[in-house]
Amino acid sequence: MARTLYGKLWDTHVVAEADGKALLYIDRHLLHEVSTPQSFEALREDGLTVRRPETQLAVADHSVPTHDRDKPIDDRQAAAQVALLERNCAAFGIEYLPLAGNDQGIVHVIGPELGFTLPGITLVCGDSHTSTHGAFGALAFGIGASECGTVMATQTLWQARARTMRVTFTGRLAPGVSAKDMALAFIGEVGASGAVGHAVEYAGEAVAALSMEGRMTLCNMTIEAGARTGLVAPDETTFAYLRDRPRAPRGEQWDAAVAFWRTLASDADAAFDREIVIAADGIAPHVTFGTSPDQVVPLGTVLPADARFDRALHYMDLRPGDAMEGVPIDHAFIGSCTNGRLEDLRAAAAVIRGRHVADGVRALVVPGSMRVKAAAEAEGLDRLFVAAGFEWREPGCSLCVAMNDDRLPPGARCASTSNRNFEGRQGAGARTHLMSPAMVAAAALAGRIVDVRQVAR
Amino acid sequence: MKPLSTVTGQAISLREADVDTDIIYPARFLLVTEKKGLGAYAFADRRATPGFPIGEDNDRGILIAGPNFGCGSSREQAPWAIGDLGIRVVIAESFGEIFYGNCFRNGMLPIRLDAAQVAALHDVAEAGGTIDVDLAARTVSAAGDVLPFDIADDRREALLNGWNDTLRILALHQDDVSRFEAAQRRAAPWLWTARI
Repeated sequence: MARTLYGKLWDTHVVAEADGKALLYIDRHLLHEVSTPQSFEALREDGLTVRRPETQLAVADHSVPTHDRDKPIDDRQAAAQVALLERNCAAFGIEYLPLAGNDQGIVHVIGPELGFTLPGITLVCGDSHTSTHGAFGALAFGIGASECGTVMATQTLWQARARTMRVTFTGRLAPGVSAKDMALAFIGEVGASGAVGHAVEYAGEAVAALSMEGRMTLCNMTIEAGARTGLVAPDETTFAYLRDRPRAPRGEQWDAAVAFWRTLASDADAAFDREIVIAADGIAPHVTFGTSPDQVVPLGTVLPADARFDRALHYMDLRPGDAMEGVPIDHAFIGSCTNGRLEDLRAAAAVIRGRHVADGVRALVVPGSMRVKAAAEAEGLDRLFVAAGFEWREPGCSLCVAMNDDRLPPGARCASTSNRNFEGRQGAGARTHLMSPAMVAAAALAGRIVDVRQVAR
Repeated sequence: MKPLSTVTGQAISLREADVDTDIIYPARFLLVTEKKGLGAYAFADRRATPGFPIGEDNDRGILIAGPNFGCGSSREQAPWAIGDLGIRVVIAESFGEIFYGNCFRNGMLPIRLDAAQVAALHDVAEAGGTIDVDLAARTVSAAGDVLPFDIADDRREALLNGWNDTLRILALHQDDVSRFEAAQRRAAPWLWTARI
C-alpha cells in the first residue's frame, strides 16, 4: 500500500502496539536546561538510569545571557539552572555541550549543524519547536518534561498516530519573500489550531527550492498551526547539507544511509487526510498584527474588522483598517530557532547597504549557535551589523522567550524574526510583530514596518 | 501519580480562545527548577486584570476553557501550575496537543467537547452550578444533561489507576525494546556508531 513519509517514519519505529497506539522507539533526544530538571528528578525518585546515554545531547540555550559570556552568569536562578543541567548530564552519562564551547547554541540549530539530526530518525526534545528537525525527513516532535524522563529511561514513547496533511506550495517565491512568509501564510490560512492532530508534510516546487535553512524555518513554525510535526522529504539538498557534518555517518555507512533516505519520500499515490495548496508565487511578505501567529496579514492589506481580534488589537494598540506598513517600532530582534541561521543573518545584512538603525530603535542580532556566529564573522557580517548600529550577541534563545535579561519593557514594540507573538512573550506588556529577517532589518533601519521589496529597489 | 476517577463541584469559566502556555505560565518563571508550588505563578500577568477568574485562592477543581487552550510551548509548568491550584479537569473545545498530553502525566484530565456543549458548561459555571465529571463512565453531567466524552482507553486506564508511564513501559516492554534495537542495529547501523 502507498505510504506517506510520515507513515514510513512511523512504521520503522513501532516497538509494540496496543489500544490503537504505538510504542515508538526514539532514536535521538536533545536536552536543554529548562525542560529537564524535573525529568532527571523523576529518574532519581524512581531509581532509574538512562538506557542509551549516547543518543542524548544536552546544551543550555533558553536562560543563558547573550553578552559577557566570559563571566559567570549574573542571574542567580539562570546560573543555577545551567549548572544543574551540567551536573545532571554528568551524573547520568549524557554529553553536555559547554556554554563556553564552539558547539553551543539553540538546540534546534545545533542538532542539524552537528549532523545529530538525520533523515529517517525519531527525535524529541522538551521544546515545541522540535518540529524544526522534520526539515530533514525526521519524525521530530516536542514533548513535556515527564516524557523527557520516559525517553531517557526507556528510549520509547506511547504515541497516537496523527492524521496527515500535505501543504503544497506551487510555483516559486518572489524576490524579498522567504520561508518565514510561507510559514506565516500557511498559519494564517489554517489558523492556530487548524493543524492540531496532524503531521504536516510540506511539498511542491517552492519547498523543493528551499535551502535546509529555509525548510527548517518552515517546519519550525508548524507548531504555531497546532501540529507537533512538520516534514519535508529528504533530497539532494538534504544530503549535501549533511555530508561531512561532525556526527553524520561516513564512508560506507554514509552510502547505506543515503540509499535508505532516498526511500523515505511519500509514495506518488499516497493519500493524505487533508490537502492544502498555496500559490507560493502569490505570497507577499507577511507581518503578524495580533497575539497569536495566525493573526497575520500580507503587506498591501489592512487589518480586518472582526470581533475575534478585539482583545488582540487592544493589546497591540492597533485598529481595524490600519495597514502594517508604517507602524513604528522601537525594538528589532534577529535570531531564534526560527531565523537564527547563517542564511537568515545574510538576508538581514543584505538589506543594510550602508544605512544605520533608526534613532530610538534598539536592534539585536543573536546568532543561533557558536558555529553560525563564527561563520557569520568569517564573512564580516558582524562588522556590517555593528557598523549599522545593531548589537552583535552570543548565541541563545534570547528575545524569543525572554528568559534571560534580553527582555522588553511594557509597551515596547518589536519587529522580530522569532516564532511567537503571544502576550508578554518578549516581556510583560511588550508587543511583538513576527516577520522575516529581511523585513526586520528593513524595519530596524526605517524605525517602522516597511515593505522590504520597496527598500531593496 | 494521583489517580482520578470523579471530580464534582463548581467550575471556573475562562471563555477566551487561544490561551497559550505563556499566559498560563509566563516564561520568566521557567527559571524555577521545581515542579511543586508553581500555582503562585499561574496566570501571573493576568491576575491583576479585573474580573480574571483564577486566583491563588482557587477552590474549584474544574476549569471550563476556550478553544485551543494550552497552545504554544511544551512547558509542563503549565499543567503543574494549574494543578497546584487544585484544578484537575479542564474542559474545552480543543487543546494545544502537547499541553493535552502533559495533563495526563500529572493526574489531570483534559476533556474535549463540542462548542455548544462547552458554551453550556460556561453558563453553568458562571451561574455557580455544580458539574460532575466521571472518568469511569466517560461523562460530564451538569444542569440535568449528561454529556459523554471521548478519551483513549490507555489514558483513561492510566488515570484511573494512577499509573506512571515510564515504570509501566519498563515493566511490560523491555524485551520488545531490546528486540527492536537488535533489528535496527542490523537495518540502520549508522544509527549505532560509537560516537553519535
